[in-house]
Amino acid sequence: MAERSFKAEVRHLRLGEGERFTGEGILAITKALLENGVGYVGGYQGAPISHLMDVLADAEELLSELGVRFEANANEAAAAAMLAASVHYPIRGAVTFKGSVGVNVASDALANLASSGVNGGALVIVGEDYGEGSSIMQERTHAFAMKSQFWLLDPRPNLPSIVKAVGDGFELSEASNTPVMLMVRIRSCHVTGSFPTRDNRRPNLTVREALSNPQSDFSRVVLPPMSFAHEQDKIDNRRPAAEAYIRDHKLNEVFGPREAPVGLVLQGGMYNSVIRALQRLGLADIHGDSRVPLYVLNVTYPLVPDEFLSFCEGKEQVLIIEEGQPEFIEQQLATCLYRAGSAVKLRGKDILPMAGEYTGQVMLDGIGRFLREAAPGILPAQVLAPNEERPPLPDLSKTVPIRPPGFCTGCPERPIFAAMKLVQRETGKLQISADIGCHLFAALPPFEIGGATMGYGLGPAANAAFDGGGERRPVAIIGDGGFWHNGLSSSFTNMAFNKSDGVAVIVDNYYSAATGGQDVMSSRADNPTKSTQNPISKALKGIGINWIRQVDRTYDVGRMRDVLREALTTDAPGPRVIVASSECMLNRQRREKPQRAQAIRDGRRVEAPRFGVDEDVCTGDHACIRLSGCPSLGLKRLDDPLRDDPVASIDQSCVGCGNCGEVADAAVLCPSFYRADVIHNPRKWETRLARFRARIIGWLQARRDASRLTFEAQP
Amino acid sequence: MTLHQHLPSAPADPRLDGIIKLAILAVGGQGGGVLTNWIEALARGNGYDAQATSVAGVAQRTGATVYYIEMAPQADAAPVFALAPSAGDVDIMIAAEMMEAGRSIQRGFVTPDRTVLIASTHRALAVSEKMVPGDGIASSDEVMAAAEIAARQFIAADFDRMAIDNGSVISASLFGALAGSGALPFPREAFEDAIRASGKGVEGSLRAFAAAHEAASQPPGAPEAAEAAIPAEPRPSGPSRLIAQWQALEAEARALPAPVAGMALPGLRKLAEFQDLAYGREYLDRLGDVLARDDAGHGFVLTREAAKYIANAMAYDDVIRVADLKTRSRRMTRIQAEMRAGEANLMQVTEYMHPRAEEIAGMLPAGLGQRVMDSPKWMKRLDRWFGKGRRLRSDSLRGFAMLYLLGGLKGWRRRTLRHAQEQAHLAGWLDRAMGYRATNYDLAVEVIRCRRLIKGYSDTHSRGLSKFDLVLEGIATVADRPDAADWARRLREAALQDEEGKALDGAIWTIRSFA
Repeated sequence: MAERSFKAEVRHLRLGEGERFTGEGILAITKALLENGVGYVGGYQGAPISHLMDVLADAEELLSELGVRFEANANEAAAAAMLAASVHYPIRGAVTFKGSVGVNVASDALANLASSGVNGGALVIVGEDYGEGSSIMQERTHAFAMKSQFWLLDPRPNLPSIVKAVGDGFELSEASNTPVMLMVRIRSCHVTGSFPTRDNRRPNLTVREALSNPQSDFSRVVLPPMSFAHEQDKIDNRRPAAEAYIRDHKLNEVFGPREAPVGLVLQGGMYNSVIRALQRLGLADIHGDSRVPLYVLNVTYPLVPDEFLSFCEGKEQVLIIEEGQPEFIEQQLATCLYRAGSAVKLRGKDILPMAGEYTGQVMLDGIGRFLREAAPGILPAQVLAPNEERPPLPDLSKTVPIRPPGFCTGCPERPIFAAMKLVQRETGKLQISADIGCHLFAALPPFEIGGATMGYGLGPAANAAFDGGGERRPVAIIGDGGFWHNGLSSSFTNMAFNKSDGVAVIVDNYYSAATGGQDVMSSRADNPTKSTQNPISKALKGIGINWIRQVDRTYDVGRMRDVLREALTTDAPGPRVIVASSECMLNRQRREKPQRAQAIRDGRRVEAPRFGVDEDVCTGDHACIRLSGCPSLGLKRLDDPLRDDPVASIDQSCVGCGNCGEVADAAVLCPSFYRADVIHNPRKWETRLARFRARIIGWLQARRDASRLTFEAQP
Repeated sequence: MTLHQHLPSAPADPRLDGIIKLAILAVGGQGGGVLTNWIEALARGNGYDAQATSVAGVAQRTGATVYYIEMAPQADAAPVFALAPSAGDVDIMIAAEMMEAGRSIQRGFVTPDRTVLIASTHRALAVSEKMVPGDGIASSDEVMAAAEIAARQFIAADFDRMAIDNGSVISASLFGALAGSGALPFPREAFEDAIRASGKGVEGSLRAFAAAHEAASQPPGAPEAAEAAIPAEPRPSGPSRLIAQWQALEAEARALPAPVAGMALPGLRKLAEFQDLAYGREYLDRLGDVLARDDAGHGFVLTREAAKYIANAMAYDDVIRVADLKTRSRRMTRIQAEMRAGEANLMQVTEYMHPRAEEIAGMLPAGLGQRVMDSPKWMKRLDRWFGKGRRLRSDSLRGFAMLYLLGGLKGWRRRTLRHAQEQAHLAGWLDRAMGYRATNYDLAVEVIRCRRLIKGYSDTHSRGLSKFDLVLEGIATVADRPDAADWARRLREAALQDEEGKALDGAIWTIRSFA
């Protein structure tokens, strides 16, 4: 079950000729795939293209009507490998994953695919996770296109352009027998807008039909001597064909006046920010009508030299606007100008920053500086001599705290790391490697657990140097998503084969949670089209790992701590693996909350647990927060002049997971925590018993109050 | 509710006429996406082109998140909108939390020439603020002050509370505030239609919308919403004999110099509840000793601080106190209200207790307790018998009775080992502080204030004690210096910064380097 249901959006995928789609960019891409007669789609989830996978999963009915095969691939390598269907068969295929990490994982398949070349259009949709909000290392997918010689589209970030790029991509791929990558930046994936729709098209050849008529051609196999021929083919035939297609079909666009002393060359994805900067400089209007010529590269690889040179004609200087490093495009265009003996001055990363996101401010500063230096006459007087005064603002940098993402309220992973923190109090600091996924938030305060992450599924592999053991055992953490993505083969067979002395903790929250709660092999849900409910421990046994401890309720901090301690001290040989399982609270609440509300309305008995803190008992030392960090566990200032420090307080977002109480218990913190179960629609005998109890308790309380002083604030 | 308006804004560039740029800064999970959808639907439904973007991904999970919307009246050609807010180029900034308002100012999204800033004044504390052993909460006042300068128009209220009170979530009240601000050229009904069209929790959303709309549309300079009334002074109830005795003590406390009385009265109440009036008498006597060596020239700071910390030291957290607090009727009432348990609901309360051998030994008579404490064998035995996590249903008769009996052991308390320990510690600390009185008044005050370091239970408590000892030791090494009080303050603040005492170790190192 994915985090969001797209059942409603799937209706938009059925829109036909003459209708209009309004919605998110990522959905527009999905619609465009169907309009272009795609034969099979696949991919692996991850921001920002998770929604594409979720929509496809929810649209399986429509897909099967059209004869389109959808595969939720085990990882990005599997997804890229699926494009092999387009090598021999004239079937259009598309897969999606995030860049640049997905491309890293898929690079083996992508390189082989690019070498073989394709017959049917092969499209890789990459959600480029770069800049603000990114959760990965900052690199460019661009390098992969260059090294493997496949083509890279970077369309202008509006829905009609993105939708057009899908069709262009397939055509370009078929015209040049080369896979094409469509890159969409994180904001373009989530940008909203609208475009006119066309009818969905059945594939010319479905994968089922192809299977009835198998084809092969050994000249496409990546083996010598064919692989040498492939390389020559890429340069001698496929690339010129691509350049011709790009030029003839005007995939790149030119805007603004023909005659001008300067021009801007930009990646398609930068277009809107460039226009905004020009608008602010008084050089473009609301519709993007620019007074500076623009050469917009909707295809950023390959570049088309003659097109570029003709844009440069008559200009003194051009500015290349290329986000990310190194400056691949700028280097190629510089070579191009030099070879042509051109006198045009090329500017780019000498003005604009080499690294980091090209934000609005960066664009305004960079383009402003370029124009002031290269063509001051073009700028309005107001911009040349800005005449505004800004009042000085107080410095808030010491006031405003950083707010990195963290575990959600009630997250079942928090108690695992609380237990680890407790164990480290006994053992001293341990060598801990982490993986990719929600559990990586444990690296941040208050836990500060896990020192490195080497990639998805590689957590335990990242501890391999320590497999031989030492005074204390190394610990690796990996999620269930990572386990099935690559972890079983790369991390656990590595541990088993090398007789690792280490400990691995598999955080099993029933989903690929960080990417939006997609099902994985070990998910507990029934999924009609996927095989679920395959226990992780069974897979581990299958590869010869025998020391396995299954914890079925991670909130039991005491047990978690004891199991960890056992794994770190046991004499049993070989890797020790703990499978810590509890359902992702975000997904669980999404499922159970409506059910609970319905049950209460129906008059059925429902217990709603929530935690609380006795503010008189809490001393304000915040030890509980240092072992939890739950968003619902906050602080509250009391209006008691005798108290200095704020006390712990639990707000109503608490889901009653029990972690607070368990931590207070396992770490022997304090007796301030209590759990209150509110019972809706109690049974009759229950109510009677409760009344009886309340009467006796009330009598006891009154009895004691009669013999002592109590103070009550009187209204 | 704060409203602040600058002079009219600078004229907009006519070539860009009509693009309205609106950014939302929220904490992941606050429903910024819902608000964005409403605003977008509102614009599209009223003849505008609109575009929204967000960066979702893991930033959703309790991290700071930005949503961004641009809109312009529909024309023949489509407008080109930006995908992210730029510094100095935002018309409306909605901050769904106070520090996020600060962050929006910091990032330059709020400028006096154009930005309407709508901020919720409530706080969702960041982990870094919460985990400090002392008080790490960032100052909202600083952000308020900055917002007054930075924004063209500043609308601030606790929109979170407003939403909760109306059975809704903050996106609804912020939407109401946006409507009430008049920053968008659409009528109120259009906003409400957008909520209705979304079809989820409509009633609650509309109530929260209306409340926020009213709050935000008050004219500038309107009187602030009534501040929370100052709570009335707690009044005693109980047998008249005790009340008469109390009144005598209370009169005595009231007669203390004004700065002292303000602290001594709550102190006295605390101790009367903790133990009895005789204990309150002891408190006033101790306070009298301090007062005798204090003077008006110093504003009685020493006695005022002593009134606070002696009360806290005397009302130490032992098993009896905890059990007593947990069995009081006012606690049950408070939990009922907090959990919103109505007449038709039942409520069960489970306490999480984990007694250790130390607590059991502390309950024994001082002499015996000390012998047990000194015997590892006995301590181990006690730990085996009692020392485990216990879940106690305090709404059940058995659970309640157990706590009730423990809470009734006040008569026994004065004989216990724990009491003896606390008394000894109290005396040692007071002597130490008063020892500095003659030579350095300010230092004596600072030493009194060091009592703040002792808090928590079990390990946390012992860590607090050891920090307290370290700080006092550190103070002793610099006691002869004229700036000793300043150092004492720094040491104490360092001790409250982190759990392990890294900051304190650093401060002590510094002291050693010159002392």
